[in-house]
Amino acid sequence: MTEASGAQRTRRFARPSLTTLVCGLAALVYVAVFIAYPYAHVGVFSFWEKDLYSIRPAFILDNYARIVERPLYLHVIGNSLRIAAFVTLISAVLGYTLAMFLERYAGRWKTLLFFLLIVPLWTSFLLRAYVWKIILGRNGLISGILGQFGIQPDDIGFMLYSEVSIVIALVYIFVPFVAIPVFAALEKIPPSYREASADLGARPFQTFLDVVFPLTVPSLLAGSTIVFCLSFGDFITPALLGGSDNIMIANIIIGQFGAAFDWPFGSALAIVVLATVMLVVTTAAWIGNRVAEGR
Amino acid sequence: MANGKPPRLAFGVAAFLIYAFMYVPIAVLVGFSFQESRVLSWPIEAWSLRWYAALFENRQLLEALVNSLQVATACVVVTSLVGVPLALALRHFDHRFVALLERTILMPLIVPPLITGLAILLILNRAGIQLSLATIILGQSVVWMPIVVTQVYARLRSLDKELEHASMDLGANRLQTFFHVTLPSIRTSVVGSALLVFTLSFDELPVTFFLTGSENTLPMFIWSMLRIGITPEINAIASLTVLASILLTLAGIRLLLKKDKVR
Repeated sequence: MTEASGAQRTRRFARPSLTTLVCGLAALVYVAVFIAYPYAHVGVFSFWEKDLYSIRPAFILDNYARIVERPLYLHVIGNSLRIAAFVTLISAVLGYTLAMFLERYAGRWKTLLFFLLIVPLWTSFLLRAYVWKIILGRNGLISGILGQFGIQPDDIGFMLYSEVSIVIALVYIFVPFVAIPVFAALEKIPPSYREASADLGARPFQTFLDVVFPLTVPSLLAGSTIVFCLSFGDFITPALLGGSDNIMIANIIIGQFGAAFDWPFGSALAIVVLATVMLVVTTAAWIGNRVAEGR
Repeated sequence: MANGKPPRLAFGVAAFLIYAFMYVPIAVLVGFSFQESRVLSWPIEAWSLRWYAALFENRQLLEALVNSLQVATACVVVTSLVGVPLALALRHFDHRFVALLERTILMPLIVPPLITGLAILLILNRAGIQLSLATIILGQSVVWMPIVVTQVYARLRSLDKELEHASMDLGANRLQTFFHVTLPSIRTSVVGSALLVFTLSFDELPVTFFLTGSENTLPMFIWSMLRIGITPEINAIASLTVLASILLTLAGIRLLLKKDKVR
């Protein structure tokens, strides 16, 4: 083999080959057919019209008007936003605390504890919501234990089939979503940063605020964004743990695709969820960039 | 520095409580599966394995289990066959194009899964395709594809391109280079993400919910049981499922965190 042909092969590898182009084209087709088209089609469908037993292509705004005009839907959207906000806030605080503990104080237990953080992330969402039905349910563990002390379920009624139980279960499910990326960000900060800050006379808390925290903001935001979006669109937890007043937007959407058989209206609600998610993702990315540039 | 006693103690206590919050419920789930009586109640008065025995006699449950295993296996095959070439292709394109493509591929992970499920239901409906296990596989593959693509792409980016160049310099063709250099270097990320996709697919509900025809998957079966009421039998299936997930996840994570060695 001569040097020239070696260089030629190298160049040939670096240049996209026919195979790569085909793969790239296939990637585009995949994204267009299975991601862009389905989501866009939900948008198209949301303008369609439902007759008694059939669905007709149309361009009407009735479905959206219905969301705005009926207090029920705005109320449910409000519920969902509030629950998602609480879950995100609590998960962020707990997740951040856990990440800091792991990075700073876990010592030789670090690897094991990190594993323990990842494992729940991959176990069944349904079962992790279900377990709180056993714990918080009317004949559940907590009311059983309290019953032994003579406390009646009615005294702790606020915890059963309420917004509180939905929030507890969702926080339980989502804490690792924040803890893992923040931990990864903390681990990447060179020790010299902290040392330099200490040398310049900063107290540990000040170092945290001025040096460490800003470097973790992008990861914190990324984790929190996912938590917000996924809890905003959850139907499992409210169905299992919510009372009749605690349904979330996803439960209504499911109703439209089930018994109500109003797919266009369900699609309009789905578009509300999609738009909210996009807005949150974009805002979080914008804040993340601002923080990254500001440093 | 911040290594003083008080913060260490405070963080230690907080972390202990959060870990308890994460793991006590799993213990409760498993504990109640060994309860003798049909109605879940505390304190547990008699222990028994009868609910585990009952599982093996439940025909519908076993059918659902087989369906779930089929779906999960098919999802692994589809996401690997599509996801790995996709990741390989990403490497050769312009940064901005890749960023855009990556963001779009990642969408199903951020958008609540039920939206993705109903979106796919709508296009299947338009195309006149009947719901079946195949439609569940399609929907789930779209949702789990980002995991394979991002894991493999991340590994490829850390792979030294010089190795592949060297292989080509030494006279190997593109295919030989792929099988002898590239593939061994990304092997653990391929197998690791395959295990995670299997686990996630086995447990998936929201997408499946919209795309299920006449045949149930295990989570759909559990979901329909939950509508009737909670029983120790559900706890028995749940405990076994959680145990299986934990084992698969440990295997998957070990592979994803491991550094590949090129032969």
